[in-house]
Amino acid sequence: MTEGLRTEEFQVNMGPHHPSTHGVCRFILTMDGEVIVRAEPVIGYLHRSLEKICENRTYAQCIPVMDRFEYCTSMCCNEVFALAVEKLAGIEVPEYAEYLRVIMMELNRIASHMIWYGTTALDLGAITPFLYSFREREDILDMFEMTCGQRLTYNYIRIGGVSKDIPPEFIPKCKEFLATIDHKIDDYERMLTENPIFMVRNKGVGTLSPEMAIAYGVSGPSLRASGIKYDLRRDDPYSIYNRFKFDIPVCHNGDCYDRYIIRIKEMRESAKIVRQALEQLPNAEVNTGKMVKANFKPAKGEVYSRIENSRGEMGVYIQSTGDTKKPLRVKMRGGSYNQLQVMPELVKGVKIADVVAIMASLDIIMPEVDR
Amino acid sequence: MFDFVKTVLIALPKGFYTTFKHLFKKPVTLQYPKEKMPMAPRYRGLHYLEKYEDGSERCVCCGLCASACPADAIYMEPAENEKGERYSEVYEINLLRCIYCGFCEEACPEEAIFLGHEYEFSNDSRDAFIYTKGQMLANRPTKEKPFKKIIRKVRRIF
Repeated sequence: MTEGLRTEEFQVNMGPHHPSTHGVCRFILTMDGEVIVRAEPVIGYLHRSLEKICENRTYAQCIPVMDRFEYCTSMCCNEVFALAVEKLAGIEVPEYAEYLRVIMMELNRIASHMIWYGTTALDLGAITPFLYSFREREDILDMFEMTCGQRLTYNYIRIGGVSKDIPPEFIPKCKEFLATIDHKIDDYERMLTENPIFMVRNKGVGTLSPEMAIAYGVSGPSLRASGIKYDLRRDDPYSIYNRFKFDIPVCHNGDCYDRYIIRIKEMRESAKIVRQALEQLPNAEVNTGKMVKANFKPAKGEVYSRIENSRGEMGVYIQSTGDTKKPLRVKMRGGSYNQLQVMPELVKGVKIADVVAIMASLDIIMPEVDR
Repeated sequence: MFDFVKTVLIALPKGFYTTFKHLFKKPVTLQYPKEKMPMAPRYRGLHYLEKYEDGSERCVCCGLCASACPADAIYMEPAENEKGERYSEVYEINLLRCIYCGFCEEACPEEAIFLGHEYEFSNDSRDAFIYTKGQMLANRPTKEKPFKKIIRKVRRIF
């Protein structure tokens, strides 16, 4: 009976305004029944031409623009641009400012993973984890607010240092946060790690082999979930990361569940780094750095700086002509772009509900893709 | 059978335990329009213009804030009063362009412009977002912004 029955392939548009696409991404899915034959991501709905905007701003003015590059970890975006210009102009950053930068970046990484944790669970149909993770994220945002005055677009790390010293109430609040974070993450794990529904939805779904991950340039937690121990904080240490002891968690299956485990472990490692940084924080004369003047002109040359963001390698390439105060060319690289490119391979042959799970687990965020 | 025990009798109650535990705790949320979150002293919200104690304006219309602005949100026209002092005849901020980075308050050499704590200024027409000098002077809080010293330290970059 079913032998002679032929079904036609048909196309489904997923997005651009689908809540699980974390921004505005559109997928053209070619379906055979409920199974996906082909998937084609359509990007560009969130394009703000940040690279071009940066080319028309002075170096100092680029920093608030970089905030919008990847708004879940604005501190890292600030850092990567500042790092590039410092490399280009040979500016030295005071030790105290470096510690502040590391503390802020790692707190921001935890906050970003908390967004990921909440939204992933939300995409898979669980609402409670979202509320929990955003509760703790609120504490981190409060700390950022008291330090730099903004909760999402910080404009804190500047070329040559940081803009403001931390207020006196920051350290007690941060210590209080670090004292409870491990229990909070235990709570997170209790809700999802052994949850049978979560496991069925994630285990063995969207398996990314290490070869494919390397071929597509996937980096960050998604790469480490495939079994490759590669972390720029250890392999190409920038700032002062070589002073801290931390593990780089690795999993070996490369499925959605492993990508979940990796990020949970990374939150604990980040908390470890912040703890060490607070201990080592020099309390001698406070020097948050001499920031560059507004009309500062670096020497002629080109530079590429990269850091480990919560979504993979984030890089900025700057070309300077040496006689203007504006960069000639700025190129930004975000980890999400490569992870979106690998999506069509991963979703081949899975059911449509798994597309949501795979996309959530890769932690794609669209402003970083479209720039 | 073992799977059943693991799933229904162990894993699910574990998750529900975490959830139900919070029934007896104080809520972390605020009833927003009634209660408001206290903002940190350094918070960057809606702008205001500062005055001297005798009531004259601090702004001398030097244009540093406009040139520091990465979003081109500030427009100003200078004028001179009868004593020969410069002041800004027109001082407008386009709030739809402004990105609240705080460069204007860091750039200002006269300590005239600051970002205040107000964050509720939604409106339904675009014209209403052109924020004029009169509004900015009226928006001045009664208390001085407590972290002027910190901004002074940052100011040397402009």
